[in-house]
Amino acid sequence: MNTNSNTYTIVYASVMVIIVAFLLAFVSSSLKDKQNENVALDKKKQILSSLNVETKGADVADLYSKIVLKEEILAADGSVKAETGAFDVDSKVENAKSLEERNLPLFVCQIEGATKYVLPVYGAGLWGPIWGYVALNDDKSTVYGVYFSHAGETPGLGAEITSAAFVNQFTATPKHITRDGEFTSIAIVKPGKIDETRDYVNGISGGTITSQGVDAMLQSSLGQYVNFLKQ
Amino acid sequence: MSLFSKENREAFLSPLWKNNPVTMQVLGICSALAVTVKLEPALVMGISVTIIVAMANLVISLLRNTIPNRIRIIVQLVVVAALVTIVSECLKAFAYDVSVQLSVYVGLIITNCILMGRLEAFAMANGPWSSFLDGLGNGFGYASILVVVAFVRELFSAGTLLGFKVIPDCVYDFGYMNNGLMLMPPMALVLLGCIIWYQRAKNPELND
Repeated sequence: MNTNSNTYTIVYASVMVIIVAFLLAFVSSSLKDKQNENVALDKKKQILSSLNVETKGADVADLYSKIVLKEEILAADGSVKAETGAFDVDSKVENAKSLEERNLPLFVCQIEGATKYVLPVYGAGLWGPIWGYVALNDDKSTVYGVYFSHAGETPGLGAEITSAAFVNQFTATPKHITRDGEFTSIAIVKPGKIDETRDYVNGISGGTITSQGVDAMLQSSLGQYVNFLKQ
Repeated sequence: MSLFSKENREAFLSPLWKNNPVTMQVLGICSALAVTVKLEPALVMGISVTIIVAMANLVISLLRNTIPNRIRIIVQLVVVAALVTIVSECLKAFAYDVSVQLSVYVGLIITNCILMGRLEAFAMANGPWSSFLDGLGNGFGYASILVVVAFVRELFSAGTLLGFKVIPDCVYDFGYMNNGLMLMPPMALVLLGCIIWYQRAKNPELND
């Protein structure tokens, strides 16, 4: 057979594309449920890890249902829009809306009898989105714990925002996101610099843009809750 | 031809050192610079590329007599992309933690020049079994260079290996400091140059 004829080439290409398309569609749809399950479980893990709860080897779903009491949706004025559904809110979608229309998720949790509030944060790093969760004590100012993650920051540089060394700075000495009742967020500064006006932590050497991204993310995402924080 | 004839052994062994894809064939340099800041991603990248290049070599070698010459590159690309997508979907479903860790690297395997290079140079002209061995050999050859470079870079840039601290604190007390330059991609190129230098010095017959 002449494998160089036009007809053969076109038929070959079409058949190949159809076979590959079916194969990929089949793989994707048959694994979809399992993947979604994993994504939801991972999100629960992230929330728990912002509360400094060890999740390794534990039954995450069970632990989550014990610790997280309420999944509320807030409006920008600080009132409760809905009692449930915070878990399914997609920060990326919400950020595209105007502030008044946004659904702001709030996770009310309980650790050893004390109430903690977990607020999701979402922003942009150097290469893609970065996100995380900030857990506050019941004074709505002192940081109890944080968790950060990223889609594709550079390993060893920007990706270090997930490292214990960076994250622990938020809790080693208690940091506050408000000062004298006014929301200030927490600054990420170049190591060695200081910020007089608000609490700060050191950024990542070599990961300047990602560090600035975390700074901007905390400012804008936590800033949405300003009315809730004042209550 | 027996399974482990001289040619087949050669297909597997020569890319490990004398015909190494990175240092001799100059394939896959880009990822050797990008994923070698730490040892762990380098290891995982090496293993993933080995699996995919071996599988792609096998598939293309089986199809080699049917592939129309004018669209052979497209066919190769489709096979590679399909394999990578399937692997990445399976990771997401069955090993979610690993897939989160790999994040963008899995997708980047598609653009790794070793894949296209080996498909075009070897699998299009050889039988399935020797193509499979060639894929394994090139994958391991690539992985070994990545691991060596990542070993040096992680050790000197962070004092850790696979995330574990290996340089004790007392050394730092004497004024030792981590080398920030090791974090930068150019250092990978310098290290790669050193490996090539060593390789050619040991094997003068490799010099042009």
